[in-house]
Amino acid sequence: MPPLVEIAGLTATFDGVPALRGVDLSVGRGEAVALVGESGCGKSVTWLAALGLLPGKARVAGSVRLDGQEILNAPPATLDALRGGRVAMIFQDPASSLNPVHRIGRQITEALALHRGLRGAAAREEARRLLDRVGMPDSRRRLDAYPHELSGGQNQRVMIAMALAGSPELLVADEPTTALDVTIQAQILELLAEIRRDTGMALVLISHDLGVVAETCERVCVMYAGRIVEETAAADLFAAPAHPYAAGLLAALPPIDGPRRPLAAIPGGVPEPWAMPPGCPYAPRCPRRVAACDEAVPRLATVAPAHRAACIRPLPEGAARELLSA
Amino acid sequence: MSVNDEPLLHAQDLVRRYAVRRGMFGRPAEVRAVDGVSLTLRRGQTLGLVGESGCGKSTTGRMVLGLEMPDSGGVAFRNERMPPPGTPEWRRLRARMAMVYQDPLGALDRRLDIGVQVAEPLEIHGIGTRADRPARVEALLRSVGLRPDQARSFPHELSGGQRQRAVLARALATAPDLLVCDEPISALDVSIQAQVMNLLSEVQARTGVAMLFISHDLRAVRQMSHRVAVMYLGRVVEEGEPDDVLRAPAHPYAQALVSAIPHPGRRGGRIVLKGDPPNPAARPTGCAFHPRCAVAAAVCARDVPALKPRAADRRLVACHVAQGEAAPGAGLPRHALEAA
Repeated sequence: MPPLVEIAGLTATFDGVPALRGVDLSVGRGEAVALVGESGCGKSVTWLAALGLLPGKARVAGSVRLDGQEILNAPPATLDALRGGRVAMIFQDPASSLNPVHRIGRQITEALALHRGLRGAAAREEARRLLDRVGMPDSRRRLDAYPHELSGGQNQRVMIAMALAGSPELLVADEPTTALDVTIQAQILELLAEIRRDTGMALVLISHDLGVVAETCERVCVMYAGRIVEETAAADLFAAPAHPYAAGLLAALPPIDGPRRPLAAIPGGVPEPWAMPPGCPYAPRCPRRVAACDEAVPRLATVAPAHRAACIRPLPEGAARELLSA
Repeated sequence: MSVNDEPLLHAQDLVRRYAVRRGMFGRPAEVRAVDGVSLTLRRGQTLGLVGESGCGKSTTGRMVLGLEMPDSGGVAFRNERMPPPGTPEWRRLRARMAMVYQDPLGALDRRLDIGVQVAEPLEIHGIGTRADRPARVEALLRSVGLRPDQARSFPHELSGGQRQRAVLARALATAPDLLVCDEPISALDVSIQAQVMNLLSEVQARTGVAMLFISHDLRAVRQMSHRVAVMYLGRVVEEGEPDDVLRAPAHPYAQALVSAIPHPGRRGGRIVLKGDPPNPAARPTGCAFHPRCAVAAAVCARDVPALKPRAADRRLVACHVAQGEAAPGAGLPRHALEAA
């Protein structure tokens, strides 16, 4: 059986400037996969490109298969049935994803009409059930509320309820908790985990926050400059990162205990997409750089069972541990 | 008490109210953004201020700087009362303090190059001569890790981290005694946050500047601070040494915040609070946290707990239960539902 989603060689270019430089990624049924990286690394663009949501000027190539069927550049009718149906997406800022002039109930029943053919009282009852499902208190009354009457956390719950309206097999959540307060972030992550347990839905979590990812996902893909540079089980990534960038990100995180000393900051900044280094895009910032790093872009290669990294000098397991405990 | 132990700035019982109107014809309601906050800043030390959006931490920072006047309470800088904004005395004092904002692009003028903007405070406060200004600007840029030739760059030509360095160079132009940093790293990428935190620590070690470090990120606050104050709905609910507060938070809200720190490699064990952060316009009675608190007792809905040292370890905490004045209750579910 093929994986639920299989992305291969995905590229996206805006006005001649590449944003994705060949992304390979598969998501299994019911699996929780995280995509982490800094702004501009392509973690959001990957899914916008895969689902045909990029503006017309973007040139997208490669392959995206859902259940073995090619969906990249599929006809609009096919994509419309798919988006919000088998694959749903939620975004960082729930308030701007909701229509401010329509009541919550109407926005959820619209999704139910589109994807499940429900109308009238049946749709309204199902919308109320969905609001209950996402933990909205007083759901019957909230159906008549406008987005501005709800808090940020409640609006994100509404977005999740709308995403669930199509009974998706995959939910792509793009920084779903970044705009929320810490205590509300914990509520939303808990809710997503609970829904996954109950429905067996797969989850792709796009985030810049390694901590959020660690607690939510089984597998993590680290992106840098438009490519996946490391892919492994979440537990392995945090215990023994192989790519110096992943190790650098973890080491730059302020510790919550132990002595306080200067942080191991990654020097420099992300290269501009129009001025990429010739070889490995991380080489100019990398403490392990050798001459060979500048010759070719390293390919994702297996460094341990189910652990791949795009680096010609990956960190051996012990070295990463030492670096992180230093 | 040595000279260094003397507080640089002391804020006493700061209160700031705003009038808001609900809807076009609604009756004006009073929002207490800050409701009796006291804090002390010392030379060469950093006080971290944490809390969620709307808890009043930024308003507190603005009152500390004298950008906003408290409705009651007051700020004393080097034992002198803060003069009213706009007066010559206030302007003189303002040169001793500076602010670093969250969004460096918003804090810089896009039409002026970095050199002009870093020189601006020197001109406003008449520091040095026109002739030695370029040399001063160059020294300031170097001190924050920028190249002197970047004085001719415009904000859009710099990266996010470089812009925050430029903002810091400008803040340091008057050699201030106090820096108020309001979420200085939140808008930056993870790999750049560490650079900026290291830079702030370096500057403090070199110049002895006192800092008020406002953030929602407890990891960053621990890294930067000598003391930490946790705010909830306009009040400080706990204050102490960062390691003590992180290891064994006393206030139930601080416990939830600490348990919510994302931690690579850890799963579960998080305290998930019920309900939303409450609306400052509809402040719960008694302890403002009681509708979301798992151990709230009857007294918590009635009496506002005072911030005072706990008997066991002198930790400052404002909680009836943590102070041992009330037995832990089972929360107040009815109120929890209303607040949610």
